[in-house]
Amino acid sequence: MSRGWRELRRGRLALPGAAVVCAFAVAALLAPWLAPADPTRSDLANVLARPGAAHLLGTDELGRDMLSRIIHGARLSMLEGLFAVGLALALGLPLGLAAGYAGGTVDAVLMRVVDVLLAFPGVLLAVAVVSILGPGLWNAMVAVAIYSVPVFARLARGSTLAVKQEVYIEGCRALGMSNLRIVGRHVLPNIAAPLLVMAALRVAVAILTASSLSFLGLGAQPPTPEWGAMLSNGRNYVLIAPHLVIFPGLAILLLVLGLNLLQEGLREALDPRITDR
Amino acid sequence: MIPFALRRLLLAAPVFAGVSLAVFLMIHLIPGDPARLYAGLEASQEDVEGVRRALGLHEPLPVQYGRFLGRFVTGDLGRSLKTGRPVAEEIAARYSSTVLLASLAIASAVVLGSATGVVAAVWRRSAVDQAALLASLLGLSLPSFFLGLVLMLVFSVQLGRLPLAGNATWRHAVLPAVTLALPAAAVISRMVRGSLVEVLEQDYIRTARSKGLTEWVVVNSHAVRNALIPVVTVVGLQLGYLLGGAVVTETVFSWPGIGRLIVQSIAARDFPVVQAAVLLLAVTFVTINLVTDMLYAVLDPRIRPG
Repeated sequence: MSRGWRELRRGRLALPGAAVVCAFAVAALLAPWLAPADPTRSDLANVLARPGAAHLLGTDELGRDMLSRIIHGARLSMLEGLFAVGLALALGLPLGLAAGYAGGTVDAVLMRVVDVLLAFPGVLLAVAVVSILGPGLWNAMVAVAIYSVPVFARLARGSTLAVKQEVYIEGCRALGMSNLRIVGRHVLPNIAAPLLVMAALRVAVAILTASSLSFLGLGAQPPTPEWGAMLSNGRNYVLIAPHLVIFPGLAILLLVLGLNLLQEGLREALDPRITDR
Repeated sequence: MIPFALRRLLLAAPVFAGVSLAVFLMIHLIPGDPARLYAGLEASQEDVEGVRRALGLHEPLPVQYGRFLGRFVTGDLGRSLKTGRPVAEEIAARYSSTVLLASLAIASAVVLGSATGVVAAVWRRSAVDQAALLASLLGLSLPSFFLGLVLMLVFSVQLGRLPLAGNATWRHAVLPAVTLALPAAAVISRMVRGSLVEVLEQDYIRTARSKGLTEWVVVNSHAVRNALIPVVTVVGLQLGYLLGGAVVTETVFSWPGIGRLIVQSIAARDFPVVQAAVLLLAVTFVTINLVTDMLYAVLDPRIRPG
């Protein structure tokens, strides 16, 4: 434990990153208790109020408290990141495992499928999936998951290929173990670590992509307090009430930056070559 | 070189086929009857059947796919459901304005990314290196729609130096191009730094230094040239991502490109336009990767036989 802590300290960026991510996680978990007001309650006598004592981050065009909406938005962003990455892992892992372990035709066919997914650049794949499923928060999360499947499939395949070479796998075969048992008992535990690390890294990308879809009107729909959707809505008032755009944007930026700092810090801490250079 | 190019081309063929198949199937994966999607929700049953006949939707899927491919290759992409004009006409101008924007962005990203990457590598572990790392992490964390709106607020609204939206003059391209370029510059910068740090540890660099060459000459004429070779691949990938990412940036700045067209057409349920635009972008991306790989082989003779 103390060694792990020292390593974390060595990557100087990890701690501030972890602090930011923890703050957002707490906000997401305790949103109903932390938020000063109901995020959906409008107050038409008090619309587009500037940030001030009554409303720390001001109010939106329906008089809803921005701070409360941002705090509740943390729930949606965390959900987007975790659900999309979880689903991507659940789809990509078996794909890559099957391709890597079976090899031959299975491998060739599955990897061509992955190549096809990778041929749609950037968010385009997610946008194309939403155009099939229809706009909405859950559909957008599925789209973001499909967008991340190739990453997990390729990593699972590569790790499986490496593990397959090991002598102990050959030993299992010699003992007459079934393929299913070898994969479940011996391959899977040995490829889990890199996949879990990648899953952690992809949360930031998933949050960014999901909020982009919401911004485009393809994800969470108003009045859901999703940061991308809030920002998109705030564009209509950007000249008279820029805080409707600034605060949701800062929230996404801070959370994603926190995740990226944490990731970079962990990389520095765990890979001594980087700091030695 | 020629056998390598042919092999690479052969590898890309199934990807082109798969991409076109996936886009062709889009319309059949949408829940509901494709003929009704084309005819519109309030069309009568006779109209729907008419559309089914006219578009050949009653035929087996493989036959339909063959037709779809044949039409795409000859540039006939069907008609827009919204305007009734040929999709090819709708898309052509939009596509070229996206390509213009992406080219401007990638050029700026390469200049900015290489410059910061080289500086960070030469003075590695210094304050400059740390600042470059933080700047690139920031670039990777900025949602492009937020970056675009902030640039707009600062340069168009507060300072009044650049136009808000549209594409009437070259000044309209500045903010969207910068918005697209910054995240790409962040990726390129990290890549250049990593690659250059590795090259600077090579024996031939030590030789160059011990010959008494100045550090400037060592870095510029010996190290950077070799360090930039692996960066070519990243630049190709980033150019593709810029084309895809244009979906968001074009929406922010009302830039009449193909990305904004896709978003508008999804909202209008104009599926032929969505299909054609998505297919065109994917084919462009696969082609860029193909060209990048070949360029890489020209620049680095070591990988040709492999």
